[in-house]
Amino acid sequence: MKMNRRAFLGKTALVTASLAAPAVLADGHGKPRVVVIGGGAGGATAARYIAKDSKGAIDVTLVEPTRRYYTCFFSNLYLGGFKEMEDLGHGYGGLAASGVNVVHDWAIGVDRDAKTVTLAGGSSLPYDKLILSPGIDFVEGAVPGWDITAQNAMPHAYKAGSQTELLKAQLMAMPEGGTFATVAPPNPYRCPPGPYERVSMVAHFLKANNPTAKIIVADPKPKFSKMALFQEGWANHYEGMIDWIGEDFGGGNVSVDPAAMTLTIDGEETKVDVCNVIPAMKAGRIAELAGVTDGNWAPVNAADMSSKADPDIYVLGDASQQGDMPKSGFSANSQAKVCANAVRGVLTGSKVFPAKFSNTCWSLIDTNDGVKVGATYEATPEKIAKVDGFISQTGESAELRKTTYEESEGWYTGITSDMFG
Amino acid sequence: MQQAFWVIFSACVTVASAAVAADDLGDAEAGQAVFAQCKGCHQVGEGAKNRIGPHLNGLFGRPAGALEDFKYSKSFQRAAASGLEWHADTLDAFLENPRSYASGTRMSFRGIKNAKDRHDVIAYLRLFSDDPANIPEADPTATATDHDLDPAILAIQGDPEYGEYLSSECTTCHQADGGDDGIPSIVLWPEEDFVIAMHAYKNKQRQHPVMQMMAARLNDEEIAALAAYFNRLEN
Ligand SMILES: Cc1cc2nc3c(=O)[nH]c(=O)nc-3n(C[C@H](O)[C@H](O)[C@H](O)COP(=O)(O)OP(=O)(O)OC[C@H]3O[C@@H](n4cnc5c(N)ncnc54)[C@H](O)[C@@H]3O)c2cc1C
Repeated sequence: MKMNRRAFLGKTALVTASLAAPAVLADGHGKPRVVVIGGGAGGATAARYIAKDSKGAIDVTLVEPTRRYYTCFFSNLYLGGFKEMEDLGHGYGGLAASGVNVVHDWAIGVDRDAKTVTLAGGSSLPYDKLILSPGIDFVEGAVPGWDITAQNAMPHAYKAGSQTELLKAQLMAMPEGGTFATVAPPNPYRCPPGPYERVSMVAHFLKANNPTAKIIVADPKPKFSKMALFQEGWANHYEGMIDWIGEDFGGGNVSVDPAAMTLTIDGEETKVDVCNVIPAMKAGRIAELAGVTDGNWAPVNAADMSSKADPDIYVLGDASQQGDMPKSGFSANSQAKVCANAVRGVLTGSKVFPAKFSNTCWSLIDTNDGVKVGATYEATPEKIAKVDGFISQTGESAELRKTTYEESEGWYTGITSDMFG
Repeated sequence: MQQAFWVIFSACVTVASAAVAADDLGDAEAGQAVFAQCKGCHQVGEGAKNRIGPHLNGLFGRPAGALEDFKYSKSFQRAAASGLEWHADTLDAFLENPRSYASGTRMSFRGIKNAKDRHDVIAYLRLFSDDPANIPEADPTATATDHDLDPAILAIQGDPEYGEYLSSECTTCHQADGGDDGIPSIVLWPEEDFVIAMHAYKNKQRQHPVMQMMAARLNDEEIAALAAYFNRLEN
């Protein structure tokens, strides 16, 4: 029952037409060129895998304005005091070492006919294939009274970095017995358990430093990710501290006044000390400028993450509209590898294997009380479709919860070295 | 007579050794100091070579007298032929009194009389064998249930190139450089152990929900491909 490789590849792998006739798309200019916009979970992974696996056969340029990427994942743990800000920062030196040309600039336009990307610095980058992984921006007017100019008074902290530090500083400066409010976003949004892990971490901090303080969560949704697990954890660890107001009680009917520091829920105004407004989200603006969005997100084909609007553009991560996967760093990383394999196949004729996707999201509720949810996915003609999944159970032993937390730390090291080398 | 003793003895210890939990081992750090008295003849750790005595890497689960490039005494060759394997309990008995255990051994060492010292040095040596935290099939926590796998599945030759593609799903959590904080290392495993472990997840004999889910959709060839790839991964 020994199998030779040819026989088994014939059985299991999708061999694209390009294998028979390697497409030389780089007509007239030597090596094929890939430009990646956004050096986060999706973009950094895609750039690194294409450069690493093509062994120099493809020119890969990554456009990313910041010199240091602060992960949103684990940024709630920073709020809770479990991580330092510097634990979350990653530079791009490893990508440069794997052969990626890293350009620190903003992409401000995409000319799909000329196949070029315009940078804020004035230059223009030609591409054969363009990968967009710009993350999210906020929907204007989503929370009446809030706009991006109010982000200092009422931080979103949903892009990690200075916003996260600001929210932590405000948390630390809260008066004794004060009120911390979170305005949660409607679906779909980045990191479904994110707001609730954040509430848990804020509660952890307050329990130790300001135990009479209160937390209000105004939520436009009737239920949320890992709800039973979070509610069990809140009752066990932070009894009486957290008031979650869901859709049924007007949690979706909110407005804020950043100057007066008030939050109005279903007509009832409350004075708050910290107000973490997480508005409705949409694809990072460059996706819209490139003309690949339909509504708030960019629809893609599940098999290779190519845009439904343009076969030479791929959209990864939060910005994409792909089907069943949650918008997470794990998902973006998983999609990036499928995309990298496909792009390399088209440009150099390398083997293209069937798409497989997976995701696991860990959340920390309190010290050593970690929970997780995850699933595997496959590409169907319509979408990325869920195959199988699991979720932590309520009532699990403390030991299992501790192991789950330790696993999340291992995952963090794993994914960040997978992204940045 | 001696022959018969070995057969019976080793039959017992193979069964018993499965029951020795990792926690029953001694304190590896203290064991490092005890090992000082062995160093004159034995090397262990990275780059260890045979000297007066054989090197002691990968000792756990190794049959006695098994290193091809070391010339063992007759006494050890006999022990090897009768199926003696090194596990926590055989090592313990041997170290207590080497001569009474293998009368003709060239190991001119009086033995370690203090039981704690023996357990500590065994724990220290344990560090240089397959790590049961990463490979639960490894001695001394090996579980028999994982091993009733169809030999045809074990015989599949994995394609490391396909494994490399598939591996990108693993490296989101398992570090490619073999780091193992919070999530076990999966690099450089013996291919067979890897295949057995993955099938144990697939068949739900091993309990981890993420791994059960990941393994569930890998077919036999894909598991073999991953085993081949990670086994060869160099850093
Ligand atoms: C509080 C919080 C907790 C989270 N926890 C987890 C978790 O535990 N696990 C998990 O898997 N996920 C988690 N996430 C989600 C995860 O952070 C995102 O899903 C992931 O970062 C998405 O990757 P991406 O590549 O789509 O976008 P990002 O990682 O945001 O990367 C986008 C990059 O594009 C750049 N960019 C944007 N526009 C341009 C432009 N015009 N030109 C050039 N560059 C541009 C940005 O600077 C940014 O670096 C969490 C998120 C939050 C907010």
